[in-house]
Amino acid sequence: MDQQQRENFLEIRDLYVQYHTDTGLVKAVDGLNLSLAGGETLGLVGETGAGKTTTALAVMQLIASPPGRIAGGSIFLQGENLLKKSKEEQRHIRGGKIAMIFQDPMTSLNPVLPVQEQIAEMIRLHRKADADEVLKKARDMLSLVGIRPERGSEYPHQFSGGMKQRVVIAIALACNPTLLIADEPTTALDVTIQAQVLELMRELRQHFNTSTILISHDLGVVAELCDSVAIMYAGRIVEKADTKNLFRRPLHPYTQGLFRSVPDLTGNVRRLDTIAGLPPDPTNLPPGCCFASRCNIAEPDCSRSRPSMIEGETGHFAACFKLGKRGGV
Amino acid sequence: MVRFCLRRLLTLIPVTLGVTFLLFSLLYMTPGDPALLVLGPEATEDALREFRREHGLDQPFLVRYGRFVYNAVVHQDVGRSYITHRTVASEIADAFPVTLTLSIGAIFFATLMGMIFGIICAVKQYSIFDNVAMVFAMLGIATPVFYLGILLILLFSVHLHWLPSSGFDTPAQRILPWIALSSVSLSIITRMTRSSMLEVIRSDYIRTARAKGQKETVIIVKHALRNALIPIITIIGIQFGHLLGGSILAESVFSIPGVGRLAVDAIKSRDYPVVQGAVIYLALAYVLINLLVDILYTWIDPRLRTRYR
Ligand SMILES: Nc1ncnc2c1ncn2[C@@H]1O[C@H](COP(=O)(O)OP(=O)(O)OP(=O)(O)O)[C@@H](O)[C@H]1O
Ligand SMILES: [Mg+2]
Repeated sequence: MDQQQRENFLEIRDLYVQYHTDTGLVKAVDGLNLSLAGGETLGLVGETGAGKTTTALAVMQLIASPPGRIAGGSIFLQGENLLKKSKEEQRHIRGGKIAMIFQDPMTSLNPVLPVQEQIAEMIRLHRKADADEVLKKARDMLSLVGIRPERGSEYPHQFSGGMKQRVVIAIALACNPTLLIADEPTTALDVTIQAQVLELMRELRQHFNTSTILISHDLGVVAELCDSVAIMYAGRIVEKADTKNLFRRPLHPYTQGLFRSVPDLTGNVRRLDTIAGLPPDPTNLPPGCCFASRCNIAEPDCSRSRPSMIEGETGHFAACFKLGKRGGV
Repeated sequence: MVRFCLRRLLTLIPVTLGVTFLLFSLLYMTPGDPALLVLGPEATEDALREFRREHGLDQPFLVRYGRFVYNAVVHQDVGRSYITHRTVASEIADAFPVTLTLSIGAIFFATLMGMIFGIICAVKQYSIFDNVAMVFAMLGIATPVFYLGILLILLFSVHLHWLPSSGFDTPAQRILPWIALSSVSLSIITRMTRSSMLEVIRSDYIRTARAKGQKETVIIVKHALRNALIPIITIIGIQFGHLLGGSILAESVFSIPGVGRLAVDAIKSRDYPVVQGAVIYLALAYVLINLLVDILYTWIDPRLRTRYR
């Protein structure tokens, strides 16, 4: 990989994804720009409904249609636009180059197939190997994620939630994807298992050197695992920086609000501040800054047009008008 | 699994007892004297009395029922026809294969086509194919077997002279009865397959299969259909039972010498032993089909296996 490719390993430009529903056109992703360097782990953080899963599915080319549609933009993986590929090419990229760990492990496995078959299927699709090799590889993947290979012939309902999530991870990693998208891989799990799964993901990431997008609500998890963080709000990225910079000095009022809403374990008493108000209705996004109605430093100008990303510090971007005016919020 | 089957087979006992008791009560309450119907209006009073005595028809209800059960259990004897004097068992042995061929053929046709149509409808939801198929399915459910049978005879036998209108020996004779008998089941299986597949296609594990880069046809058959199969199999089982019963209508319309027609003719002539025999066979077949369906469940869905240990 040359320098250029390393820098722009994945690049999403002006992505629009919409769902046609009875209540109207849901603009789930609305002009999203995001890039990821090779080997990097990016945390994608945002409230529920911000469009995180939709973004991930768009990269996977798995937006269910109907009701969904990629209405515009481009997604470049190592310089090639995924949206321009044929169905057949997309099929080879899915699983082979880009793999995804889904939000809910409980329902992500097929209940009528043994788990090893579900891993083997992935291998069979993207590697040339005979039946024995495939089975062996599938069982190796199981032991890699900490499940005894003998249990491979069992069915998902015989596994605990944490083990199912491990199987899902094993499937995703079975063909050494260059890009891994993990959609809240731990939210469905209880705290101790969360820690185990996160530890596992960290090890595997080192093992395979995969670039990763980690979608999460949990800032703690993001702080621990990610090199950089992108904050998503109403279908757009509103702030992006290295993890360290972002946690040290969040620039966007929304991000600042997010940090205030995290309980602080060190301080004795600290009120859990929530951000007042609700995110905008995705069927009817305002013309200006989508956060303006909840923002405590908003001015009337904020509702006129969309703010674009401004570099507040080196490598630290935020989409806020106030940042441009004062060089900081 | 074996114990499960044995347990289910044991339920045959109360089911059969219940069915025969119900049937006995119904026949007991039905007006019409078998002696008179069998011996004819010219028979003497003595001959009639002798006939009733010989067949135990002068006994009270419970004694008759008790005797029937006793003979059936101890001597494996469910009696002889009043009219042909052949044993009921041999009457049924002649007629049952015909009914079975009729209903198995019909359920096979209904299952095959119903599942194919249902899958296409689900995969191409709201397409023209889907809409047209759903209209036909509504029509199919709403059209009674005998009516469809008569329409088919009018069209294919009377007008076009393509297919014979009665009998069940040659393949050509079988086509119309099969179609007539299967149309309701075909419609119901199509609709069930469609809705079951629609539900499964939206589930997360189908998305997981897509995320692997699996081919769409493989996803439909390997991942979706197997999961959609449980309600479909249930419906097929129920429909097979209905077909066995419904074969009475098809057998009448197409003059097919099956159990259904045997039963109807026997009811008309108050040939009680034959009626009883025919109904018991149909009831047994019904229970066995249900057992088969339950066994199929465990084969399809591993989650059910532990339950039937
Ligand atoms: N299949 C769908 N049909 C209609 N609307 C959808 C569909 N999937 C998502 N949406 C809508 O798109 C918006 C973004 O949803 P998305 O699932 O991407 O959010 P998310 O950020 O992943 O949320 P969460 O944190 O709860 O997982 C929401 O308003 C949601 O209601
Ligand atoms: Mg989500």
